[in-house]
Amino acid sequence: MTEISLHRGISLHRIGAMILRYWYLLLSSWPRLLELLYWPALQVITWGFLQLYIAQNANFFARAGGTLIGAVILWDILFRGQLGFSISFLEEMWARNLGNLMMSPLKPIEFLLSLMIMSLIRLAIGVIPMTLLALFLFHFNVYALGVPLIAFFCNLIFTSWSVGIFVSGLVLRNGLGAESIVWTLMFGIMPLACVYYPVSVLPVWLQYVAWTLPPTYVFEGMRALLIENTFRTDLMLSALAINAVLLVASFGAFLALLRSARMQGSLLSGGE
Amino acid sequence: MTENDKASSWPTVADRSLSAAIAVDHLVKVYKQTRAVDDISFSLPRGSITGLLGGNGAGKTTTIATIMGLVLPTSGRVQVLGHRMPEESASVLGRMNFESPYVDMPMRLTVRQNLTVFGKLYAVKNLSDRIAELGDDLDLTEFIDRANGKLSAGQKTRVALAKALINQPELLLLDEPTASLDPDTADWVRGHLERYRKANNATILLASHNMLEVERLCDRVIIMKRGRIEDDDTPEAIMARYNRTTLEEVFLDVARGRVNGAQEVAR
Repeated sequence: MTEISLHRGISLHRIGAMILRYWYLLLSSWPRLLELLYWPALQVITWGFLQLYIAQNANFFARAGGTLIGAVILWDILFRGQLGFSISFLEEMWARNLGNLMMSPLKPIEFLLSLMIMSLIRLAIGVIPMTLLALFLFHFNVYALGVPLIAFFCNLIFTSWSVGIFVSGLVLRNGLGAESIVWTLMFGIMPLACVYYPVSVLPVWLQYVAWTLPPTYVFEGMRALLIENTFRTDLMLSALAINAVLLVASFGAFLALLRSARMQGSLLSGGE
Repeated sequence: MTENDKASSWPTVADRSLSAAIAVDHLVKVYKQTRAVDDISFSLPRGSITGLLGGNGAGKTTTIATIMGLVLPTSGRVQVLGHRMPEESASVLGRMNFESPYVDMPMRLTVRQNLTVFGKLYAVKNLSDRIAELGDDLDLTEFIDRANGKLSAGQKTRVALAKALINQPELLLLDEPTASLDPDTADWVRGHLERYRKANNATILLASHNMLEVERLCDRVIIMKRGRIEDDDTPEAIMARYNRTTLEEVFLDVARGRVNGAQEVAR
């Protein structure tokens, strides 16, 4: 067996096999590809025009050009990152293929790593055209944010993976009856993440809750950058620290839910 | 037998090279209130073909799933190719494989793409050659570049068998391997499994409702009912014990609770 292996037996060969499996799937279905492009494009067009309208009537938005459209793009990174992760996972449930994978030498960590890489690929397919639309239609160049954009992106994608890992564990344990969580959980986070408004708008007690979520730091950081031209490193480091805790916790939860699924025999059924 | 005796009879690390392909020791699996598997023990020597028989709900699938590590036992132990399951599954999963009606191959991928993905997961050397070989052996060549979802039930079963053989497993677990196949193809698959076993000294455990299949393929039969082992012997010995000429008659005796009467006759 000639395998490229990393520490503790993680096999790049097996991760590559899973990415190949999802790549074949993407290429086999043009509606899947189209869907990746369709929703982000629709989002940016709708919100972009709204921002244009508001900017004509409000001095604040005229000054803070791009906060709305920037928030839309960053929110989509968070949301599409999680969906990209979770849909690849759901494909295995829909295809009743999970038993084949669990019985193969593929390890849970390798499976999750392949889902993470697929979420980046799916995100790139959907979000890059979205950013180009924002540039050409609304003259908002998200890439002009430079290095801060990398910090924003990393923090958002880490959060999306944590949520993706956790909800995948829930679906693994409870079957496709729990599928709706995949589509809705991130929207539950949205009001607290303060995507379109500053944290100070929230009641004080709710602000404490909001600050436990890494995306809150990212959206505050984005507003500081676009409105005050200040890059808040402190916010990004805080988000990174919370993300590290979330990633470890979500992986632990996934393993616990996988064990529970094995106890319940739900890996064989996978249904509702 | 005391608990200490049981523990001492369990193969140690030193015994592993000599150990059975599968060793199940006082296995119990309880789902909430249902006792799906109720204290069963058996051991399968390497190179054997064993049939697991029983009606619906007898515990066959749970037993096989526990051997594969897909289900955790409530109590008892399972050892596969000398390794504890599921604790040491990483050492053994690459050397075994399975086919079950409870799982499918991805429908949108072609047969070749599916076999490529699974071949890579199992780190199969010379994968293209292996896929071509399986394509010839299992007569897949005609539709190897067609999506799995567009195949007939019989073709899908052959593809699932190809996936189960992709890594040339030492241990093959099969759940209804010839379901959905016409008699001619089913007979051909049985012949293929026999040849595979002989050529590779592979161990095969198959659950089936096809008694003729079990009679033809298996050198040992384990009959389960309500989670327990009702009988465990060669097909010929079991038929003689029940005073029957076919396993189907034995199966009906067991299913309809005529076991004691038949045993009385045999005695």
